[in-house]
Amino acid sequence: MKLKLTLNGEPKTFEIEPGDRLSDLLRREGFHGVKVGCSTGDCGTCTILLNGLPVLSCLMLAAQAAGESITTVEGLAPQDELHPLQIAFLDEGAVQCGFCTPGMLLSSFALLEENDSPSDSEIRESLSGNLCRCTGYENPVRAVRNAARKMRGES
Amino acid sequence: MSRKYFHVVGKDIWKVDGRELVTGASVFTDDFSKPGMLFGKILGSPHAHALIRSIDTSRAEALPGVKMVLTHENVGGDGGRGRSPQFDRVAYTRAGQDYPEPSPLDYFLFDRKLRFHGDRVAAVAAETEEIATEALSLIDVKYDVQKPVLTPRDAFAEGAPVIHDEEDSKNIEDGGKNLCASVDVYLRDVEKGFEEADHVLEGTYTMQRVQHAQLELHAAITWLDQDRRLNVICTTQVPFHIRRQLAQVLGLSVGRIRVIKPRIGGGFGGKQEMIVEDVCSALTLATGRPVRIEMDRREDLVAARCRHAMEITCKTGSMKDGAFTAMEMIALVDAGAYGSHSPTVPTNTGNKNLTRYRCANMRYKFEAAYTTLFPTGAMRGYGACQGSFALECHVDEVAEKLGIDPVELRLGTTVREGDVDELSPHIYEVKTEPAGPVDPGEETGWPIDSCGLEECIVKGAEAIGWKEKRKAYDEQNASNPEILKGVGMCCLSQGSGVAGIDTANATVKMNEDGSVSLFIGAADVGTGGDTVIAQMVAETLGIEVPDVTVYAADTDITPFDSGAYASSTTYVSGGAALRAAEEVHDDLLAIASELLGEPAGSLELKERMIRSSRSDKEISLRDVAMHSLYKKKEQISHTAGFVSPVSPPPFGAQFADIEVDTGTGHVRVVEFVSAIDSGTIISPKLAEGQVHGAVSMGIGYALFEEMPVDNEGMQQVGGFYDYKIAKADGMPNMKTIFVETYEPSGPFGVKAVAELPTNGPAPAIGNALKHALGVRLYHMPFTPEKILRALGRM
Repeated sequence: MKLKLTLNGEPKTFEIEPGDRLSDLLRREGFHGVKVGCSTGDCGTCTILLNGLPVLSCLMLAAQAAGESITTVEGLAPQDELHPLQIAFLDEGAVQCGFCTPGMLLSSFALLEENDSPSDSEIRESLSGNLCRCTGYENPVRAVRNAARKMRGES
Repeated sequence: MSRKYFHVVGKDIWKVDGRELVTGASVFTDDFSKPGMLFGKILGSPHAHALIRSIDTSRAEALPGVKMVLTHENVGGDGGRGRSPQFDRVAYTRAGQDYPEPSPLDYFLFDRKLRFHGDRVAAVAAETEEIATEALSLIDVKYDVQKPVLTPRDAFAEGAPVIHDEEDSKNIEDGGKNLCASVDVYLRDVEKGFEEADHVLEGTYTMQRVQHAQLELHAAITWLDQDRRLNVICTTQVPFHIRRQLAQVLGLSVGRIRVIKPRIGGGFGGKQEMIVEDVCSALTLATGRPVRIEMDRREDLVAARCRHAMEITCKTGSMKDGAFTAMEMIALVDAGAYGSHSPTVPTNTGNKNLTRYRCANMRYKFEAAYTTLFPTGAMRGYGACQGSFALECHVDEVAEKLGIDPVELRLGTTVREGDVDELSPHIYEVKTEPAGPVDPGEETGWPIDSCGLEECIVKGAEAIGWKEKRKAYDEQNASNPEILKGVGMCCLSQGSGVAGIDTANATVKMNEDGSVSLFIGAADVGTGGDTVIAQMVAETLGIEVPDVTVYAADTDITPFDSGAYASSTTYVSGGAALRAAEEVHDDLLAIASELLGEPAGSLELKERMIRSSRSDKEISLRDVAMHSLYKKKEQISHTAGFVSPVSPPPFGAQFADIEVDTGTGHVRVVEFVSAIDSGTIISPKLAEGQVHGAVSMGIGYALFEEMPVDNEGMQQVGGFYDYKIAKADGMPNMKTIFVETYEPSGPFGVKAVAELPTNGPAPAIGNALKHALGVRLYHMPFTPEKILRALGRM
């Protein structure tokens, strides 16, 4: 069956089977920023934005995305540019193995769209669905805090 | 060498793989695929201990899309069933260690006997993952179920089933007794030491199985290239050991195999092991086609590897003023169904804990038993973690008995720079000595050339507010017993690489514009190893990290490296890269000397320029490189190796500030301080990140990670919904203080950082709990149920 949706701002049509998961479709189409770490909706490495809200693509059928707008980490910034969050993660040593990073970036992006000066506990809560075994969350939280400050225009 | 003269070392920079990781580039194992690739799935044993009476694969093979099913009947020596294709029956270990591996050779590609719930029964390759999964359910197996063996004591009991009764496994200490490995070493005379003591104290502490829970699942893609060579891309920390072990088990020669490590989503020791590579390669050889296997999360959690569970009894003799006269640790170790890393992990348990204390009489003994449980392997801390919990809780008990503050007792009894480690040469990593007393007079110990432990303890105590909180919380707890507060500490040590064994090599090749190609065998598994090593090379050659292109961990292209374990990447792999870079540096200066007419000794290479200190003559690095390649017709390229004869310990002290809700039994870590001596810090925020991650792992170990089994040995965890790891909103603010000593044997004065901080959270929290509750808990994890029982509320 055919699936039509908007992906990273572009209209797309994909050929899918009814039982395909959204995470599998996206990975099959080369969007490897979407990872599969558990398939039970626990780890957050499959995080994407569905109409701007972070959701777990391993728990969605591809068909459920029909007519919707999906953003993956590949869509955070135009080619060859980096979003302030991506820059902050690199500046603050918040990226170690990088497997949880796309998911964290998308969750943080959604948070900052809604709340441009979150407290640390608000940042932690927004990241609580993105499991990370490498960083202990400390540097990612600092990165989000710094990115928020930059995006507000403060130095 | 003073840090302020460093240009790149000691600075925060973007990781060399940073951009690709934040943009989701296709750089992990499962992002690759090959045309015609099949999907492999493994059938796991539904019993903890069983023999395969019969196995009928006909229904699975008849399923359209199934291309191959492999079982023990494809592995020779099994009554000559001769099922095609045939692989020789080879006893091997899957532990990623240098050859000859110290682990017993007790694995077979497939075996008729199954020794844990999830053990490998059969493997299928099919056109799609769905078909492969369905095929597993069509394999008809009849099992003769055997009695499970659930604890080391059961394993050693009279009449216990023998788990490894096969004739052809090797290097098992005593298979008939289920004894995988043991060590019993004593330094001088502990009995005499106990007699001389004012106080003798004994305590027994237990640690549970926990798992790496790295976010990237174990995976491999294997194929035969146009030259019919076996190629493997896999989630590994040890590509060179994988290559050698595949050659062994599949009957190929090493030169006909290529193993590539791409970007890895975390390893923590779980990927210091061949998990799926052998069976995936076997399916490729059997079908002639590319095959991909990825474990699902449940398989990863129950059938990959986990940390050794242990019961450790500590006994110390101490004088009234705190000096130790005798220290003894005896460990009863659960190795699980197979013995990978089971001679070596428990050796570290004693070796990397006793040796940070000054005490003339020491004894360390362990016995590791086979059980029909989840096989244990390497996990961050590698035995030091378990021993740290036991010994550091015990030392706090000694402090309490003597009426000495725990911080003061550590300051009075831990080692200093200039002390000599007499124990390590005898039980270090590989059991080479017969059991018995060691006379240090005949041997040279290992000198401790850098030790910032005292400063770590003092600075850490200050940062957490030790003195104030020890007193204030006692008062607060008395007036507010609903929420009990406590602060606890411990000190730590580890190693930097495996002395005399861990090997690294590096090639530094200069391009004509002054940029560099760096070939290292080292395996960056998310640790930032590629970046840190590139920093060292850039520093040496007066260039920046973006001028260095890193090629790593490809057995065809990069020189040999033992792999990422034992905290060896910065110290050992960095050591090789530094030596190669220094040779390139010297060549550059020699050419510049010719061109400038100044002696090489007067020249300095900095900021891509070579300048004379005697005159104002200078030449660019680029001009020198161009001249060498196109005028002299000489490529400047050097390969160097490094094996360190010592393993200098990093040291640290960690402090936990906790509160306990006495209604629910829930423990919250409010603040955590790590004060770490890892020598020179090459990349501060990356090193800090290592500490934070280790702390979050240690907190899980202390409070909520466990892997229960039922009475039949069936694993109860199935995913991250029941195996809980730390989340962002559950972690405390973590403060890290680096006490930078200079380790003379390490490149730029470095020691290791990665494993050390994992060792402290459990004892620091255990000691904080004693402070908060007034009662000590000896058995990890400290779940709400255990807290409530300790408080008498359950």
